[in-house]
Amino acid sequence: MAMQAPADEALIGRIARGDRLAMQVLFARHHVRIYRYVLRLLRDEMAAEDVIGDVFLDVWRQANRFEGRSAVSTWLIAIARFKALSLLRKRRDVGLDEETAEAIEEPSDDPERAVAKQDKGEKLRKCLASLSQEQREVIDLVYYHEKSVEEVARIVGIPENTVKTRMFYARKKLGELCRMAGIDRGWP
Amino acid sequence: MTLNDTAGEPTELETLLPWYAAGTLRRRDRQRVEEALRNDADLARQVELVREEFSETIHFNETLGAPPPRVLDRLMASIDAETGATRKRAPGAVAGWLTGFFANLSPRTMAVTASFAMLAIALQAFMLVDIFTKPQNEISGYGLSAEHHGGHFAMVRFVRQANAGEITDFLQDYQATLVDGPTPGGVYRVRLGMTSLAKEELARIVQRMRKERIVETAEADE
Repeated sequence: MAMQAPADEALIGRIARGDRLAMQVLFARHHVRIYRYVLRLLRDEMAAEDVIGDVFLDVWRQANRFEGRSAVSTWLIAIARFKALSLLRKRRDVGLDEETAEAIEEPSDDPERAVAKQDKGEKLRKCLASLSQEQREVIDLVYYHEKSVEEVARIVGIPENTVKTRMFYARKKLGELCRMAGIDRGWP
Repeated sequence: MTLNDTAGEPTELETLLPWYAAGTLRRRDRQRVEEALRNDADLARQVELVREEFSETIHFNETLGAPPPRVLDRLMASIDAETGATRKRAPGAVAGWLTGFFANLSPRTMAVTASFAMLAIALQAFMLVDIFTKPQNEISGYGLSAEHHGGHFAMVRFVRQANAGEITDFLQDYQATLVDGPTPGGVYRVRLGMTSLAKEELARIVQRMRKERIVETAEADE
Protein backbone atom coordinates (compact mmCIF):
# COMPACT_ATOMS: atom_id res chain seq x y z
CA MET A 1 0.00 0.00 0.00
CA ALA A 2 1.50 3.33 -0.99
CA MET A 3 1.10 5.82 1.81
CA GLN A 4 2.27 9.38 2.04
CA ALA A 5 3.63 11.09 5.10
CA PRO A 6 1.44 13.92 6.27
CA ALA A 7 2.63 17.29 5.03
CA ASP A 8 4.28 19.65 7.48
CA GLU A 9 1.23 21.90 7.28
CA ALA A 10 -1.01 19.02 8.34
CA LEU A 11 1.28 18.32 11.28
CA ILE A 12 1.07 21.96 12.34
CA GLY A 13 -2.72 21.68 12.24
CA ARG A 14 -2.59 18.64 14.50
CA ILE A 15 -0.13 20.33 16.86
CA ALA A 16 -2.52 23.26 17.10
CA ARG A 17 -5.09 20.76 18.38
CA GLY A 18 -2.68 19.47 21.02
CA ASP A 19 -1.33 16.37 19.26
CA ARG A 20 1.96 15.48 20.96
CA LEU A 21 2.78 12.73 18.48
CA ALA A 22 2.55 15.21 15.61
CA MET A 23 4.91 17.43 17.57
CA GLN A 24 7.42 14.61 17.83
CA VAL A 25 7.14 13.88 14.13
CA LEU A 26 7.73 17.51 13.19
CA PHE A 27 10.67 17.61 15.57
CA ALA A 28 12.14 14.44 14.07
CA ARG A 29 11.87 15.92 10.61
CA HIS A 30 13.44 19.29 11.20
CA HIS A 31 15.45 19.43 14.39
CA VAL A 32 18.81 18.45 12.93
CA ARG A 33 18.78 21.09 10.23
CA ILE A 34 17.51 23.76 12.61
CA TYR A 35 20.18 22.77 15.11
CA ARG A 36 22.92 23.08 12.51
CA TYR A 37 21.61 26.43 11.36
CA VAL A 38 21.62 27.73 14.93
CA LEU A 39 24.98 26.17 15.69
CA ARG A 40 26.50 27.97 12.72
CA LEU A 41 25.18 31.25 14.08
CA LEU A 42 26.10 30.70 17.72
CA ARG A 43 29.09 28.35 17.53
CA ASP A 44 28.04 26.99 20.89
CA GLU A 45 26.53 23.50 21.07
CA MET A 46 24.85 23.89 24.46
CA ALA A 47 23.31 27.21 23.48
CA ALA A 48 22.16 25.71 20.16
CA GLU A 49 20.44 22.88 22.04
CA ASP A 50 18.61 25.37 24.23
CA VAL A 51 17.56 27.44 21.25
CA ILE A 52 16.06 24.56 19.28
CA GLY A 53 14.14 23.46 22.37
CA ASP A 54 12.74 26.98 22.57
CA VAL A 55 11.98 27.01 18.85
CA PHE A 56 9.84 23.88 19.00
CA LEU A 57 8.18 24.98 22.23
CA ASP A 58 7.16 28.14 20.37
CA VAL A 59 5.78 25.96 17.60
CA TRP A 60 3.69 24.10 20.17
CA ARG A 61 2.38 27.36 21.59
CA GLN A 62 1.85 29.19 18.31
CA ALA A 63 0.87 26.46 15.86
CA ASN A 64 -2.63 27.91 15.60
CA ARG A 65 -1.12 31.16 14.33
CA PHE A 66 0.69 29.55 11.40
CA GLU A 67 -0.95 30.94 8.27
CA GLY A 68 0.84 28.87 5.65
CA ARG A 69 2.22 31.85 3.79
CA SER A 70 5.65 30.23 3.82
CA ALA A 71 6.92 26.67 4.08
CA VAL A 72 6.98 25.28 7.61
CA SER A 73 10.76 24.85 7.37
CA THR A 74 11.10 28.54 6.51
CA TRP A 75 8.91 29.45 9.48
CA LEU A 76 11.05 27.29 11.77
CA ILE A 77 14.28 28.87 10.54
CA ALA A 78 12.82 32.35 11.00
CA ILE A 79 11.92 31.55 14.62
CA ALA A 80 15.34 29.99 15.19
CA ARG A 81 17.08 32.99 13.69
CA PHE A 82 15.21 35.41 15.91
CA LYS A 83 16.08 33.43 19.03
CA ALA A 84 19.72 32.90 18.09
CA LEU A 85 20.29 36.56 17.29
CA SER A 86 18.53 37.59 20.51
CA LEU A 87 20.96 35.38 22.39
CA LEU A 88 23.91 36.90 20.54
CA ARG A 89 22.67 40.37 21.42
CA LYS A 90 22.44 39.41 25.09
CA ARG A 91 26.00 38.12 24.96
CA ARG A 92 27.17 41.36 23.48
CA ASP A 93 25.43 43.17 26.32
CA VAL A 94 27.53 41.26 28.80
CA GLY A 95 30.70 41.90 26.85
CA LEU A 96 31.07 38.74 24.80
CA ASP A 97 30.67 40.05 21.29
CA GLU A 98 30.59 37.94 18.20
CA GLU A 99 34.22 38.51 17.25
CA THR A 100 35.28 37.47 20.73
CA ALA A 101 33.14 34.36 20.55
CA GLU A 102 34.51 33.51 17.14
CA ALA A 103 38.05 33.98 18.39
CA ILE A 104 37.33 31.55 21.22
CA GLU A 105 35.64 28.97 19.05
CA GLU A 106 38.00 29.25 16.11
CA PRO A 107 41.46 29.80 17.55
CA SER A 108 43.11 28.99 14.23
CA ASP A 109 40.94 31.07 11.94
CA ASP A 110 43.85 32.14 9.79
CA PRO A 111 43.22 29.92 6.77
CA GLU A 112 46.70 30.36 5.36
CA ARG A 113 48.32 29.00 8.51
CA ALA A 114 45.73 26.48 9.62
CA VAL A 115 45.04 24.60 6.45
CA ALA A 116 48.47 24.32 4.89
CA LYS A 117 48.44 20.52 4.95
CA GLN A 118 44.80 19.94 4.19
CA ASP A 119 43.33 18.97 0.89
CA LYS A 120 41.28 21.31 -1.24
CA GLY A 121 37.92 20.24 0.13
CA GLU A 122 39.04 20.57 3.71
CA LYS A 123 40.56 23.94 2.97
CA LEU A 124 37.37 25.12 1.36
CA ARG A 125 35.32 23.99 4.36
CA LYS A 126 37.74 25.72 6.67
CA CYS A 127 37.26 28.90 4.65
CA LEU A 128 33.48 28.47 4.89
CA ALA A 129 33.84 28.37 8.67
CA SER A 130 35.91 31.53 8.58
CA LEU A 131 33.27 33.69 6.92
CA SER A 132 31.46 36.32 8.95
CA GLN A 133 28.13 35.38 10.54
CA GLU A 134 26.18 37.25 7.87
CA GLN A 135 28.09 35.63 5.03
CA ARG A 136 27.97 32.08 6.30
CA GLU A 137 24.28 32.43 7.10
CA VAL A 138 23.29 33.34 3.56
CA ILE A 139 25.50 30.60 2.09
CA ASP A 140 24.00 28.00 4.44
CA LEU A 141 20.45 29.10 3.70
CA VAL A 142 20.96 28.87 -0.05
CA TYR A 143 23.16 25.77 -0.34
CA TYR A 144 22.32 23.63 2.68
CA HIS A 145 18.76 24.66 3.52
CA GLU A 146 17.90 25.07 -0.18
CA LYS A 147 15.98 28.28 0.31
CA SER A 148 14.90 30.37 -2.65
CA VAL A 149 15.68 34.06 -3.00
CA GLU A 150 12.22 34.90 -1.66
CA GLU A 151 12.54 32.58 1.31
CA VAL A 152 15.95 33.92 2.30
CA ALA A 153 14.56 37.45 2.04
CA ARG A 154 11.68 36.46 4.31
CA ILE A 155 13.92 34.75 6.87
CA VAL A 156 16.61 37.42 7.03
CA GLY A 157 14.22 40.33 6.57
CA ILE A 158 15.98 42.04 3.66
CA PRO A 159 14.93 42.79 0.06
CA GLU A 160 15.43 40.10 -2.56
CA ASN A 161 18.05 42.12 -4.46
CA THR A 162 20.03 42.49 -1.24
CA VAL A 163 19.86 38.73 -0.78
CA LYS A 164 21.38 38.22 -4.22
CA THR A 165 24.20 40.70 -3.74
CA ARG A 166 24.89 39.48 -0.20
CA MET A 167 25.27 35.97 -1.54
CA PHE A 168 27.52 37.20 -4.32
CA TYR A 169 29.86 39.02 -1.94
CA ALA A 170 29.85 36.11 0.50
CA ARG A 171 31.04 33.90 -2.35
CA LYS A 172 33.60 36.50 -3.35
CA LYS A 173 34.93 36.61 0.21
CA LEU A 174 35.05 32.83 0.21
CA GLY A 175 37.14 32.96 -2.97
CA GLU A 176 39.54 35.43 -1.37
CA LEU A 177 39.92 33.24 1.71
CA CYS A 178 40.57 30.26 -0.53
CA ARG A 179 43.27 32.14 -2.40
CA MET A 180 44.90 33.04 0.91
CA ALA A 181 44.76 29.38 1.83
CA GLY A 182 46.57 28.45 -1.35
CA ILE A 183 43.61 27.44 -3.51
CA ASP A 184 43.55 29.26 -6.80
CA ARG A 185 40.03 28.95 -8.08
CA GLY A 186 40.50 31.61 -10.73
CA TRP A 187 37.87 33.83 -9.11
CA PRO A 188 37.63 36.52 -7.92
CA MET B 1 26.75 37.78 -21.48
CA THR B 2 29.99 38.71 -19.73
CA LEU B 3 30.84 39.29 -16.13
CA ASN B 4 31.09 42.86 -15.03
CA ASP B 5 34.54 42.46 -13.46
CA THR B 6 35.79 45.95 -14.22
CA ALA B 7 33.23 47.72 -12.07
CA GLY B 8 33.37 45.01 -9.39
CA GLU B 9 29.60 44.74 -9.48
CA PRO B 10 27.98 41.44 -10.37
CA THR B 11 25.57 41.11 -13.24
CA GLU B 12 22.08 40.00 -12.32
CA LEU B 13 22.55 36.60 -13.93
CA GLU B 14 25.76 36.10 -12.01
CA THR B 15 23.95 36.66 -8.73
CA LEU B 16 21.40 34.00 -9.64
CA LEU B 17 23.93 31.20 -10.11
CA PRO B 18 23.83 29.85 -6.52
CA TRP B 19 20.08 29.31 -6.76
CA TYR B 20 20.47 27.87 -10.23
CA ALA B 21 22.94 25.30 -8.88
CA ALA B 22 20.68 24.56 -5.91
CA GLY B 23 17.65 24.09 -8.14
CA THR B 24 15.61 26.71 -6.29
CA LEU B 25 15.36 29.31 -9.01
CA ARG B 26 12.04 30.42 -10.47
CA ARG B 27 11.41 28.76 -13.82
CA ARG B 28 11.67 31.98 -15.82
CA ASP B 29 15.00 32.91 -14.21
CA ARG B 30 16.29 29.37 -14.65
CA GLN B 31 15.55 29.55 -18.35
CA ARG B 32 17.37 32.88 -18.59
CA VAL B 33 20.44 31.42 -16.91
CA GLU B 34 20.38 28.31 -19.09
CA GLU B 35 20.17 30.41 -22.21
CA ALA B 36 23.09 32.59 -21.10
CA LEU B 37 25.20 29.57 -20.18
CA ARG B 38 25.05 28.32 -23.74
CA ASN B 39 26.92 31.41 -24.96
CA ASP B 40 29.04 32.50 -22.02
CA ALA B 41 32.03 30.38 -21.05
CA ASP B 42 32.88 32.62 -18.08
CA LEU B 43 29.43 32.19 -16.64
CA ALA B 44 29.65 28.42 -17.16
CA ARG B 45 32.95 28.37 -15.26
CA GLN B 46 31.27 30.30 -12.45
CA VAL B 47 28.62 27.60 -12.23
CA GLU B 48 31.35 25.02 -11.70
CA LEU B 49 32.74 27.06 -8.81
CA VAL B 50 29.27 27.45 -7.35
CA ARG B 51 28.70 23.69 -7.52
CA GLU B 52 31.98 23.13 -5.71
CA GLU B 53 30.93 25.55 -2.94
CA PHE B 54 27.48 23.97 -2.84
CA SER B 55 28.92 20.50 -2.33
CA GLU B 56 31.41 21.58 0.33
CA THR B 57 28.79 23.60 2.21
CA ILE B 58 26.58 20.53 2.47
CA HIS B 59 29.58 18.43 3.52
CA PHE B 60 30.54 21.03 6.10
CA ASN B 61 27.04 21.19 7.60
CA GLU B 62 26.73 17.42 7.69
CA THR B 63 29.81 17.26 9.88
CA LEU B 64 28.19 19.47 12.51
CA GLY B 65 26.45 16.53 14.13
CA ALA B 66 23.01 16.44 15.67
CA PRO B 67 21.57 17.44 19.01
CA PRO B 68 21.32 14.71 21.68
CA PRO B 69 17.98 13.02 22.50
CA ARG B 70 17.72 14.99 25.72
CA VAL B 71 16.59 17.99 23.66
CA LEU B 72 13.38 16.20 22.71
CA ASP B 73 12.96 14.91 26.26
CA ARG B 74 13.22 18.41 27.65
CA LEU B 75 10.87 19.75 25.01
CA MET B 76 8.19 17.16 25.75
CA ALA B 77 8.63 17.74 29.48
CA SER B 78 8.08 21.47 28.92
CA ILE B 79 4.98 20.72 26.87
CA ASP B 80 3.69 18.39 29.57
CA ALA B 81 4.34 21.02 32.20
CA GLU B 82 2.26 23.50 30.22
CA THR B 83 -0.62 21.22 29.40
CA GLY B 84 -0.52 18.41 31.95
CA ALA B 85 -1.75 20.23 35.03
CA THR B 86 -4.99 21.38 33.47
CA ARG B 87 -5.71 18.36 31.35
CA LYS B 88 -4.65 15.40 33.45
CA ARG B 89 -7.47 13.08 34.41
CA ALA B 90 -7.65 10.12 36.71
CA PRO B 91 -7.49 6.77 34.83
CA GLY B 92 -10.80 5.54 36.18
CA ALA B 93 -12.54 8.66 35.02
CA VAL B 94 -11.73 8.17 31.35
CA ALA B 95 -14.80 6.12 30.43
CA GLY B 96 -17.05 8.41 32.44
CA TRP B 97 -15.50 11.46 30.89
CA LEU B 98 -16.07 10.04 27.41
CA THR B 99 -19.67 9.23 28.19
CA GLY B 100 -20.29 12.72 29.48
CA PHE B 101 -18.40 14.28 26.63
CA PHE B 102 -20.39 12.55 23.90
CA ALA B 103 -23.67 12.99 25.77
CA ASN B 104 -23.15 16.74 25.66
CA LEU B 105 -22.57 16.88 21.91
CA SER B 106 -25.31 17.83 19.50
CA PRO B 107 -26.00 15.48 16.56
CA ARG B 108 -24.37 17.97 14.21
CA THR B 109 -21.27 18.18 16.38
CA MET B 110 -21.19 14.41 16.62
CA ALA B 111 -21.19 14.20 12.84
CA VAL B 112 -18.32 16.66 12.57
CA THR B 113 -16.42 14.85 15.31
CA ALA B 114 -16.87 11.57 13.49
CA SER B 115 -15.43 13.13 10.34
CA PHE B 116 -12.39 14.32 12.24
CA ALA B 117 -12.01 10.89 13.76
CA MET B 118 -11.89 9.30 10.31
CA LEU B 119 -9.32 11.87 9.25
CA ALA B 120 -7.31 11.12 12.36
CA ILE B 121 -7.34 7.42 11.51
CA ALA B 122 -5.89 8.06 8.09
CA LEU B 123 -3.27 10.48 9.38
CA GLN B 124 -2.31 8.11 12.15
CA ALA B 125 -1.71 5.34 9.66
CA PHE B 126 0.36 7.63 7.43
CA MET B 127 2.48 8.84 10.30
CA LEU B 128 3.24 5.50 11.83
CA VAL B 129 4.08 3.90 8.53
CA ASP B 130 5.99 6.44 6.54
CA ILE B 131 7.53 8.89 8.96
CA PHE B 132 9.35 6.30 10.93
CA THR B 133 10.34 4.33 7.83
CA LYS B 134 8.81 1.03 8.78
CA PRO B 135 8.94 -1.44 5.91
CA GLN B 136 5.60 -1.69 4.19
CA ASN B 137 5.21 -5.37 5.00
CA GLU B 138 5.17 -4.59 8.71
CA ILE B 139 2.04 -2.54 8.65
CA SER B 140 -0.54 -5.04 7.61
CA GLY B 141 -1.37 -5.87 11.22
CA TYR B 142 -2.92 -2.54 11.90
CA GLY B 143 -3.29 -1.03 8.43
CA LEU B 144 -6.75 0.34 7.67
CA SER B 145 -8.67 -2.10 9.80
CA ALA B 146 -10.48 0.87 11.29
CA GLU B 147 -12.81 0.60 8.36
CA HIS B 148 -14.46 -2.35 10.05
CA HIS B 149 -17.18 -1.71 12.58
CA GLY B 150 -17.72 -3.35 15.92
CA GLY B 151 -15.04 -5.01 18.00
CA HIS B 152 -13.63 -4.16 21.39
CA PHE B 153 -12.04 -0.94 22.47
CA ALA B 154 -9.66 0.32 25.11
CA MET B 155 -8.63 3.80 26.16
CA VAL B 156 -4.85 3.97 26.47
CA ARG B 157 -2.50 6.68 27.58
CA PHE B 158 1.16 6.11 26.71
CA VAL B 159 4.01 7.32 28.86
CA ARG B 160 5.44 10.52 27.50
CA GLN B 161 8.77 8.86 26.65
CA ALA B 162 7.07 6.38 24.31
CA ASN B 163 8.15 6.88 20.73
CA ALA B 164 6.28 5.99 17.58
CA GLY B 165 8.28 2.80 17.03
CA GLU B 166 7.33 1.49 20.45
CA ILE B 167 3.69 2.42 19.94
CA THR B 168 3.76 0.64 16.59
CA ASP B 169 5.14 -2.50 18.27
CA PHE B 170 2.49 -2.26 20.95
CA LEU B 171 -0.27 -2.06 18.35
CA GLN B 172 1.12 -5.05 16.51
CA ASP B 173 1.40 -7.10 19.69
CA TYR B 174 -2.27 -6.51 20.47
CA GLN B 175 -3.39 -6.56 16.82
CA ALA B 176 -4.80 -3.17 17.60
CA THR B 177 -5.50 0.05 15.74
CA LEU B 178 -5.52 3.63 16.93
CA VAL B 179 -8.95 4.92 16.03
CA ASP B 180 -9.14 8.21 17.87
CA GLY B 181 -7.23 10.61 20.01
CA PRO B 182 -5.34 11.92 21.61
CA THR B 183 -7.91 13.55 23.85
CA PRO B 184 -6.74 16.65 25.70
CA GLY B 185 -5.53 14.29 28.42
CA GLY B 186 -3.37 12.38 25.93
CA VAL B 187 -5.65 9.33 25.79
CA TYR B 188 -5.97 7.26 22.61
CA ARG B 189 -8.89 5.03 21.71
CA VAL B 190 -7.64 1.65 20.53
CA ARG B 191 -9.65 -0.99 18.66
CA LEU B 192 -8.55 -4.54 19.37
CA GLY B 193 -8.21 -6.89 16.46
CA MET B 194 -9.70 -9.83 18.38
CA THR B 195 -13.44 -10.13 17.92
CA SER B 196 -16.01 -11.85 20.15
CA LEU B 197 -14.09 -11.47 23.37
CA ALA B 198 -15.81 -12.31 26.61
CA LYS B 199 -15.86 -9.52 29.15
CA GLU B 200 -13.33 -11.36 31.30
CA GLU B 201 -10.97 -11.86 28.34
CA LEU B 202 -11.12 -8.19 27.48
CA ALA B 203 -10.37 -7.34 31.10
CA ARG B 204 -7.34 -9.64 31.04
CA ILE B 205 -6.02 -8.03 27.89
CA VAL B 206 -6.43 -4.56 29.33
CA GLN B 207 -4.75 -5.73 32.52
CA ARG B 208 -1.80 -6.95 30.43
CA MET B 209 -1.68 -3.61 28.61
CA ARG B 210 -1.32 -1.81 31.93
CA LYS B 211 1.86 -3.75 32.62
CA GLU B 212 3.48 -2.64 29.37
CA ARG B 213 6.43 -0.33 29.89
CA ILE B 214 5.08 2.32 27.53
CA VAL B 215 1.53 2.32 28.93
CA GLU B 216 0.61 4.75 31.66
CA THR B 217 -3.07 3.88 31.90
CA ALA B 218 -5.42 1.51 30.10
CA GLU B 219 -9.17 1.07 30.53
CA ALA B 220 -11.66 -1.09 28.69
CA ASP B 221 -14.10 1.05 26.76
CA GLU B 222 -17.28 -0.97 26.49
